[in-house]
Amino acid sequence: MKDINLIKQPLTLRFSSYFFLIFWCIVAAFPIFWISVISVKLPLDAFNSNALNVIFGPATLSQGKGLSFIDITVGLAIILFTAKLTTGWLGRKVNQYSPNGYVGFGWIIGSMTFGISFIVVFFAIMPSILSVLNEYTGVLGNNIIGFSTEHYSTVWFERDFINNFKNSLLVTTGVVSISLTFGTLAGYGLARSGSNLAFWILIIALVFRALPHSVLVTGYLPFFINSAEILRPIFGDAAPTFYGMPWATVAVLVAINQPFTIWMLRSFFQSIPAELDEAARVDGCSHFQAFRRVIMPVMWPGVITTGLFSFLLAYNDFLVTSMLLEAQNTTMVPAIASMFNMETTTTDQVVAVAAAVSIIAPLFFLVMFFQRQIVSGLTAGAVKG
Amino acid sequence: MNKKTFLAFIGPSVLMMVLFIALPLATVLKQSFYQTQSVYETLEVETCSPTFTGQVCIKEIKTIPIIGDNGKVITQTNYVGLSNYQNVLEFPRVIAAFANNSWHEFMLIDFWKALRFTLSFTLITLPLVLFFGLLIALCINNVAKSIRGPVIFVSLLPMIITPVIGALAIRWLFIGDGVLTSFLEWWFAKDIAMFAQAWTIEFMMTFYRVWHVAPFAAIVFYAGLQTVNQDTIESAIIDGASRWQKLRFVILPHLMPLIVFVTLIHLMDAYRVFEEVIGFSSQAHVISLQWLTYDFLTADLMGNRSIGRASASSMLTMIGITLLLIPVLRGVWNDYKGKRL
Repeated sequence: MKDINLIKQPLTLRFSSYFFLIFWCIVAAFPIFWISVISVKLPLDAFNSNALNVIFGPATLSQGKGLSFIDITVGLAIILFTAKLTTGWLGRKVNQYSPNGYVGFGWIIGSMTFGISFIVVFFAIMPSILSVLNEYTGVLGNNIIGFSTEHYSTVWFERDFINNFKNSLLVTTGVVSISLTFGTLAGYGLARSGSNLAFWILIIALVFRALPHSVLVTGYLPFFINSAEILRPIFGDAAPTFYGMPWATVAVLVAINQPFTIWMLRSFFQSIPAELDEAARVDGCSHFQAFRRVIMPVMWPGVITTGLFSFLLAYNDFLVTSMLLEAQNTTMVPAIASMFNMETTTTDQVVAVAAAVSIIAPLFFLVMFFQRQIVSGLTAGAVKG
Repeated sequence: MNKKTFLAFIGPSVLMMVLFIALPLATVLKQSFYQTQSVYETLEVETCSPTFTGQVCIKEIKTIPIIGDNGKVITQTNYVGLSNYQNVLEFPRVIAAFANNSWHEFMLIDFWKALRFTLSFTLITLPLVLFFGLLIALCINNVAKSIRGPVIFVSLLPMIITPVIGALAIRWLFIGDGVLTSFLEWWFAKDIAMFAQAWTIEFMMTFYRVWHVAPFAAIVFYAGLQTVNQDTIESAIIDGASRWQKLRFVILPHLMPLIVFVTLIHLMDAYRVFEEVIGFSSQAHVISLQWLTYDFLTADLMGNRSIGRASASSMLTMIGITLLLIPVLRGVWNDYKGKRL
């Protein structure tokens, strides 16, 4: 069917397609590649005006910090091998070992185990083996590219980024699990109901989706700061101050995320034939039992996809977390704002770059693991709606 | 599904949205008419300092905030009518600027400066995103299947990256003698400072946003291209349609609902432009409406937050997005009614 298309395609058009795509891929990846390169160089190299100096880092090398030919080969081999594993092997193993109906859970466990073991191998086992190897291999073991991890250790250990990381973990876990629980229920209800009420809820949700988050934050902030005094008549002295509490932020992010979540899950539920729950109902299930026992097991792909987008919203958020959490105890993304605004020395700058790379590294692996789910999520709302 | 089960299913989600979206909206509306201020009292204070000839005492009348029993400054909330809005819109300055026929003076007023940038940013990025999205989608559709996967993988990176970090990544390419600034300096053979004037910053912001959103448009359009009716294409070819005509009269009409979808999402998101201002630290030159509200909300050195003005600017921001979305939503609505008939 598309052969006609292909055969008739003149060579110039195909050639320019390839050319443009190569150009686009460079544009897409270059900024990300570049900050990863900068983050492992000493300041003198990192902001050098000569691009080659930035890449090879002579000043970093002269400090004896670098990677040898062997380091690079082994490192690349491990990364490629991991990529290969994630695309095929991991999925098969997860499907094989997950108990029936818990594939989604299996994916979470599987990818976390995989990620942790990769980190252990790549950052702990590999460097120690390589340092021994480098001593015995002569020329191949000499450093050729400047490479220093000192900014990373500054970020994570001296600047207490671990604390921010824990907060991020808490907030994202909370947001993903709560918004999926509420979202699947509502999405299912909306998909299976043809009433006018359902239609209007969806339209209102769409309007809510358009609200700038600063508007909502303006509504929360006075209440959150004074919540202890406002709630005192009800809770007595145990009344909490919501400002600075991660759980309050989780609730806010869940609510902001809800319109999007129910739209997406609704379109996934609609692609599951209604006959399936009717059959379950005939067999004597209540609506809720049909939902839990029959529909959810086949909904996992949709749930994982929606969960990914909830995760991204919570993880990437700057405005809400920076406003509702205290500056000393915030998540990773707002924490970086204080780092790059501190333009005292170039070292601080490179430290901020290292923090930025630390933040986006998990996202990189996320795309690697879940490329298919992300693409299906992007198109779910569009093509079906 | 009867009404009771339906309500049970949607209950938690709707409750969340009422509590954390609808209720705050109502609060913002109310707050925009009120102002919270510290209560001041005027006291006669006598300060004495010893000198050679004895004590010299000065009596002064000072205005100081009253401090309550719990050690905090006592505040008081008053109904102020539209004065918060007036403080944000600053009509006297606007009139003065127009009287002087000075655009520059007009653009010194925060709200109008933010509005100008937000609108022009939204309307400039929209066609660029649609164009590049479509171009990337058509190109991906044109190349061998085996390289589509890797291309999509790379394309997803700018989209999924944390917006603040994405903006920072672009900023670090240009900052000081960054790699791209040096390249541009070599190319144009003159000294370039990308962060010294507003238009270069706006250019980088636009570039960042297109870089960030075009992949989303591309993937949506690419999915749409997979469902183009091949029979229509064939008959178009048989009828002697050129490649351009095929694109114009078969493919684009097929993608039209998706183009509307991407437009809708992009208008919503681009109007919220905020992370760029943080990432590029552009507040001295370029600000957006969301950033303005954020700035009002941020505590100043005294720990005061101008909630009233923030609420007023929030309400104005909301009116703006509503006006912007009406044409698109109207199209969707007509379409929906047309389908029902």
